[in-house]
Amino acid sequence: MKEQFLAFVKKEWFHIWRDKKTLFILFGLPIVQILIFGFALTNEIKNSRIAIVDQSKDETSQRLIDRIATSRYFDIEEFLKSGDEADAAFKRGKVKLVIIIPENFGSSLKHTNHGAIQVIADASDPNTASTLTSYIQAIAGDFQMDLNQGKKLPYTIVPEVRMLYNPQLKGAYNFVPGVMAMVLMLICTLMTSIAIVKEKETGTMEVLLVSPLKPILVIFAKSTPYLFLSLINITSILLLSVFVLGLPIAGSIFLLVALSLLFTITSLSLGMLISTITDSQQTAMLISLMGLFLPTIMLSGFMFPIENMPLPLKIISNVVPAKWYYFIVKAVMIKGVGLKIIWKEALVLTLMTVGFLGLSIKNYKVRLAIK
Amino acid sequence: MKSAEENIQYAITAKNLTKTFGDFTAVDHISFNIKQGEIFGFLGANGAGKTTAMRMLCGLSTPSSGEATVAGFDVFTQPESIKKSIGYMSQKFSLYEDLTVMENIRFYAGIYGLSDKDIKEKSAHLLKQLHLDHEKDKLVGSLPLGWKQKLSFSIALIHEPKIVFLDEPTGGVDPLTRREFWEMIYEASQRGTTLFVTTHYMDEAEYCHRVSIMVDGRIAAIGTPTELKKQFAAESMNDVFLQLARQATRQAD
Amino acid sequence: MKSIAVKNLSKSFVNGKETVEAVKPLSFEIDKAELFGFIGPDGAGKTTLLRMLTTLILADTGTATVDGFDVVNDYKEIRKRVGYMPGKFSLYQDLSVQENLEFFATIFQTTVKENYHLIKDIYDQLAPFADRPAGKLSGGMKQKLALCCALIHKPTVLFLDEPTTGVDAVSRKEFWEMLKRLKEQGITILVSTPYMDEASLCDRVALMQDGKFLRIDTPSQIIKNYSKTLLAVKGKEMFPLLQKLKQTEGIEMAYPFGEYHHIVLQKDTISIDHIQSQLQGIQEIEIKSTVPDIEDCFIYAMQNN
Repeated sequence: MKEQFLAFVKKEWFHIWRDKKTLFILFGLPIVQILIFGFALTNEIKNSRIAIVDQSKDETSQRLIDRIATSRYFDIEEFLKSGDEADAAFKRGKVKLVIIIPENFGSSLKHTNHGAIQVIADASDPNTASTLTSYIQAIAGDFQMDLNQGKKLPYTIVPEVRMLYNPQLKGAYNFVPGVMAMVLMLICTLMTSIAIVKEKETGTMEVLLVSPLKPILVIFAKSTPYLFLSLINITSILLLSVFVLGLPIAGSIFLLVALSLLFTITSLSLGMLISTITDSQQTAMLISLMGLFLPTIMLSGFMFPIENMPLPLKIISNVVPAKWYYFIVKAVMIKGVGLKIIWKEALVLTLMTVGFLGLSIKNYKVRLAIK
Repeated sequence: MKSAEENIQYAITAKNLTKTFGDFTAVDHISFNIKQGEIFGFLGANGAGKTTAMRMLCGLSTPSSGEATVAGFDVFTQPESIKKSIGYMSQKFSLYEDLTVMENIRFYAGIYGLSDKDIKEKSAHLLKQLHLDHEKDKLVGSLPLGWKQKLSFSIALIHEPKIVFLDEPTGGVDPLTRREFWEMIYEASQRGTTLFVTTHYMDEAEYCHRVSIMVDGRIAAIGTPTELKKQFAAESMNDVFLQLARQATRQAD
Repeated sequence: MKSIAVKNLSKSFVNGKETVEAVKPLSFEIDKAELFGFIGPDGAGKTTLLRMLTTLILADTGTATVDGFDVVNDYKEIRKRVGYMPGKFSLYQDLSVQENLEFFATIFQTTVKENYHLIKDIYDQLAPFADRPAGKLSGGMKQKLALCCALIHKPTVLFLDEPTTGVDAVSRKEFWEMLKRLKEQGITILVSTPYMDEASLCDRVALMQDGKFLRIDTPSQIIKNYSKTLLAVKGKEMFPLLQKLKQTEGIEMAYPFGEYHHIVLQKDTISIDHIQSQLQGIQEIEIKSTVPDIEDCFIYAMQNN
């Protein structure tokens, strides 16, 4: 049986290596994803163009403007003469935000302890608008603290904010775990299911059935090459993250890789399961992409926080393996926790794997299903 | 260049028609003239170049060199006119299995530009001829293969083209249906339709007015079945074919 | 012990709203080292029958044994010892000839060397292409490779589903010559084919149509049992001749048959002259008696089914 298994795995390697197009996807995809997410896409909004109306033109307003100008979040595009010009500036699409500093800004602050600035944001993109506004508020708050240095103030509560694990609020910390989950799922589930179903579609499965080969060996032998491919991909993603994106690994690398392998096996067994319920490559692909990949992206917590989701979706997200893995990766890679903390999540993945495998074996047809 | 008059006399003409793919010559300078109403058998092993040649004549592929006309239209400059004037039927290309008989008829008749009135008339006639009137609302997929083929053929003729190309039309069909099919081909020929047929069955070669056999991209023999049997001192067309096929050097793909 | 024993085997499929009886209850036996052919058009039930015997699908009724093993309960045993070549090419297109062969040898827990003598004649033709991807072989070569892969473990029974369909005439001939040589090695061979002329190359044949056996016997016996008188007729204009023949009194059936038309007389007592006299006006007429072909037998059996 061992020779049969090895002969089969060898055959699978030939198939994979000789299909240049798919090969590119299998190896190229993770690298491309990491680079795209790491550099091009980010939740942070930098260099947003804004306009300022400075009706005060005193020392204080100038200091505030300097603050804003030196921030990496903003580029001051132009100085408007009055608030009336704001509308036109927005409509031209040149700026996303307009700040209006009223007359006598500095003297109001000094004498009345009160100063207001008006912030007008282009909320046709509400997310950007609220983010930019909060940046302004943060800058204003900082500025205020500077001004108040040395003064005595009645009971002020100043929140001291520390961004743990990710003080620079780098978006990469969020994306790398997400990309890992996505890539492993894509390669393992999609590719495995297609590879197995391909045998059915081309008719080679018929010949394989009429042989002493234990049918179950087929699906295991087909998955094995993808297991190794995933290991290579995990390594390349981690190397890229650490050395190119500057994302450190806080916890044990060994644990991270081990749990990643666990997730790989979970995804593989899911791919096996899909292959037992369809005979057409197209259907396998559709189920993998629409039925799994898409929900994985949306419900794993990668793109949208699970906490914000309505209850039914929260519950469904528990069924998505990637959700647990995403949690594990963030925990181990960014927070540096050990197995003692995340054993529950690891157990869930293990149980899922066993479940999928069991179902695949049970479903596996020893005969042709002819309609 | 032939005169337009000469071209119209013949249904199909070909002179040194060639198709190359890189340095591989699929069709090597073939020439023939096919008269109106002729049943012309186009034989050859798989890979001999039959399909490529047919594609050129149907206006589906541009020749590399040579000349050819179909229904008087030039294959280089007027492929679209050719497509409108011919009918095509193949074993591989068939009717839509999940549409009914009637739906298939309406669809193809519509594609060939028949008016609603014509469609009604012709479909009624067609169904009666094939004894399919009671089956017109049945899914084509549920029909036996023989009936599908006959239906497919009838539909290829529904717009009364002058020339019909038939690509292995009787593959896998039972012997009776095969013969019924050829009777339909005969009838079409009597009505003046030219039929260009490829087939694997050598006995069907006997039903043709003339036959050509392609070997390695060239026409190795062309003539009436009687002429060819005499030429090769053979008892049957099968023998003629085997003699020629044995000389072939090209491996089929 | 019979190589194959079938009793009341049948199978139906549901196609949308309709049920199709692909194989109607069949019973037959096949001896060891017999070269047996299922001859019939597409849809006759040949593939379904073969699939039931190779344990790929379960029958609705009846029983079948291969080498004494039951197709339902002992399917694992059967799968170890039979060779199977399904309808369409079912080897790995992107693997080379050599790689395909080695793979199947290993799957059957043997080596190419062990049974090389069995396939040597066939493989010799493939050897120059040993490194070529199987997908790039010609149709005839593909079939030869598939045959080698089915033989590499020295099966006791070989099941071939339409192995010569779509293959050129020369390769077809060669293929059957190979089968004859295999038979001499003691392998039972079951072949299905739509080509009537291949029937005469078998030890016994079953003429199959609509899931039933119209005839099952040796080819020569089937021809001997043809009870009607068959004539061959030729004329200058074949098609009008055919139309005339169909309306001629005394003729039960008239159909084209290559160079001549064949006509089946209603009664043996009808003479050639009687027929000829009705065919006035047909130029260059020639009528002669002729020995029926398997195809004539099939056609007649179909008509009277």
